[in-house]
Order: sequence, then C-alpha cells, then structure tokens
Amino acid sequence: MNPWLVALLRALLILVVMLLNGSLAIYMVRKVLGHAHLRLGPTELGPAGIAQVIADIVKLLTKEDRHPNRSDRWLYLIAPFIVFVPSFVAFSFIPFTDKLVAANPEMSLLMMLAFLAVPPLGIFAAGWSSRSKFATIGAMRAIGGMVTYEIPLLLAAIPPVILAGSANLQAIVLAQSHSIWYILPCLPSFVIALICAQMETNQAPFDMTEADQELVAGFSTEYSAMRFGFMYLAEFAGNFTFAALIVSLFLGGWTLPGISATALGPFAVLVFVAKCYLLIFLFMMVRGTYSRYRVDHYLEVGWKRLLPFSLAWIVVFAAAVRIIAMLKGGA
Amino acid sequence: MFQQIVIACFLVFGVAFTLLALGLSWLLSPTNPTEGKGLTFESGMEPLGPPWIRYRSGFFVYAVLYVVFDIETAFLYPWAIAYGKSVTNWFFFAEMLIFIAILFGGLLYAWKEKALSWH
Repeated sequence: MNPWLVALLRALLILVVMLLNGSLAIYMVRKVLGHAHLRLGPTELGPAGIAQVIADIVKLLTKEDRHPNRSDRWLYLIAPFIVFVPSFVAFSFIPFTDKLVAANPEMSLLMMLAFLAVPPLGIFAAGWSSRSKFATIGAMRAIGGMVTYEIPLLLAAIPPVILAGSANLQAIVLAQSHSIWYILPCLPSFVIALICAQMETNQAPFDMTEADQELVAGFSTEYSAMRFGFMYLAEFAGNFTFAALIVSLFLGGWTLPGISATALGPFAVLVFVAKCYLLIFLFMMVRGTYSRYRVDHYLEVGWKRLLPFSLAWIVVFAAAVRIIAMLKGGA
Repeated sequence: MFQQIVIACFLVFGVAFTLLALGLSWLLSPTNPTEGKGLTFESGMEPLGPPWIRYRSGFFVYAVLYVVFDIETAFLYPWAIAYGKSVTNWFFFAEMLIFIAILFGGLLYAWKEKALSWH
C-alpha cells in the first residue's frame, strides 16, 4: 500500500482518539474535581450530565472569535498551532499495543519528549503576543515553571533506557514484560516523572500559568472561541500523553505481570488505556486536593532539589546496575 | 523512511485539522465587533498604561539555563543506550561520571552566581 495513504489513515485514527480523549477528559475533570470538592459536577444534561460535553463543544464552536486590537497579530494567530500541533504529533509515538503504534522510530522516546517540549513555547507566544498584563505574567511563569521541570523529566526517563538498552518505547515495554515493571527498580525516577508531568500539563498545584484566582486565565486570557478550545484540547491531550509516557516507561505499558506479551491479544489496548486513565485520575485527584505552590518555591524545588537529585540518582543507578551485572557475571 | 513520512503526515494533518476547525467556528459564530471587545482585558476597566509591561529578567535567566541543561541532558540518552547494552564496560561508566561531573559543575556555578534563586 502507498505509505502516504497508510500514514494519513494513522493520523486520522489518532485524531479520533485524541478528540475522544478530549471530550472524555472534559467530563472526567468536571466530575472528579466536583466530587473531590464535595460537589456533584455536571448533572443536568443527559444521564449523569454526560451531554454537558456536547454542549461545551457546541458552545466553543459557535462563540464569537475576538482578538484584542493591541495584540501582536501574527504571533497571536499562530500560537494555538504551536501549542496544538506538537501535542498531536507526540500522540503518534504512544505504543497502544505491540502493533498499534502510529510512528515507531528507533528513538521514539526522545522524539516524543522533543515534541512535548514545544507546547510551552506556544504558551509563551500566546501570552506574550496578547499584550495583556495577566497574559504576560502567565507566559513568564510558563517559561519559569514548565521549562524548569522539563530537565528532571528528561533525566527521569534515563534509568528505564539503561535497563532496556534502547530509547524505543516499544522496546522498553517489551523489556519490562520479560523482567519486571520498571517502577520497582526506578521508583525515585517514577516519582520525579509524576511531579514533572503534573507541572508540564499545567495542573494544580503547579498551575501558575493560569492561576485563575490571580491571573484571570493566565496566558489564555485574551483567547476566545475555538482558539481557546485548541489550547485546552492540547492540555487534555498532554494529560494523556504524559500518562501514556509514564505507563510505558514504568508501569509495563500494555502488558500485565505474569501474562505473556502476546496472550492478551486485542485486550492489550484496553489494559493500556485503563492504566493511562488510572494515572489521569491520580493527576486529577492531586489537582483537586493540593493547594497551589508559590512561584519561587517551586522554581527552587525544580532547580535546587529535583535537578541535583536526578543527576545523583543516575550515577547511583548506573553504579548499581554495574555492580549487579558484575555479581551475576561472577556467580 | 516510512517513520518520517508518518511524522510529516501528522504535522500536516494537525495543521489542516486546526485550520478546518477554526474555519468551521468562523462559519458558525456571529461577528459583531464593538469597540469594547477589542480592548485588552483588565478586570473590566479601561486598560491603563502600555500593554507590554516590564517584567523581571529572572525568568530570562531560567530560560537560558534551561537551554544549556536540556541540550546536555539530551546527550545522556545515547550514552544510556550504549551503557544498557554493555553494562560491564568500565569506559562507559567513567565517561558518564565525567559528563555528570561537568553538569554538576555548571549547576553549582549557576547556584553560586545566584542564578537559581528568585530575586
């Protein structure tokens, strides 16, 4: 078959998955946060408020799209693309099962992290080009925060790469199915990755780019209608991508312990999605229960605690792997 | 080559979908520009002063540090793959120690220069 056609079909399929995830996440975040705050969340439209999702999407599509006169026009207009398109491309590297993966290059983990590093740039562009005081502060905080926690995230992914001997997500998942889930040998990396994912997806306690109570809506203050919608679609997609990344690196991906990698068959994709949503649920519960950090506090935690700790942990981990290999070789 | 085609398709498709959805929104939404709608949001008041405010340069220092450390961290990946494939090689281990020592040196220098603190 024509490779371009296959590639287009895959892009279409992933787009459907991404939109489904987005609409499910809108409902889920409202319900989970609602119940975490002893409220009910949406109840009126449809059974248990599920049709609220449709109402939200229709509303976003039919609202008037205004932009401020004093904005930096071109940057303002392309910022939603810079946020959305890389989040979409990052989706293509998610290994749903051994066969169900849109793009599987040799270094898919690094490629995914590279594409996930771009949306903060779009968030900065959006806030900066709005030329609004709230949006500028939000944009500056995006550079301070999201960028700081990206380095520990990159470092947290290195121990699984050492264990698997590959930076390919499929290979890392398969290596886990042959040994153990990497959450056990790399527990500190797992915790660091969780913290960084919470920061990278802009969620409380690290939602300083939006910080509703102080910055109105932060970087997206001046955005309306579908442009605003794309910012949030990208954010929900980011939730799923980071959950998928952590599941693939530390929680065995689409495999289950004690069951051979092929025995699950088509249920493997369900296992993977269920694990991802459990993690997203955890993210949302953290979001609902922790209070917001002060900006200088979390910057100091990122640079002065997480970064040196991650570096030291890699040295300790590499030495431990070396010693274990030596003991096994000697015995 | 196929992987690159897929990634290129994703890029084009993502842009196309965004344009399509924005176009659909443009068709469906009303257009009624009034003077007030074009003003910068400032809690309902008339905007005061210039729209671009001066902001602390501390964030700029963080951005520069990020570029340095992010690139150096990305160099650890090829090492991690090579090390994972031959853990018994002392050379790889020593190499990593030297590299991380340099990273640590840079971090300590930035720390000493108070580039990491919030002013």
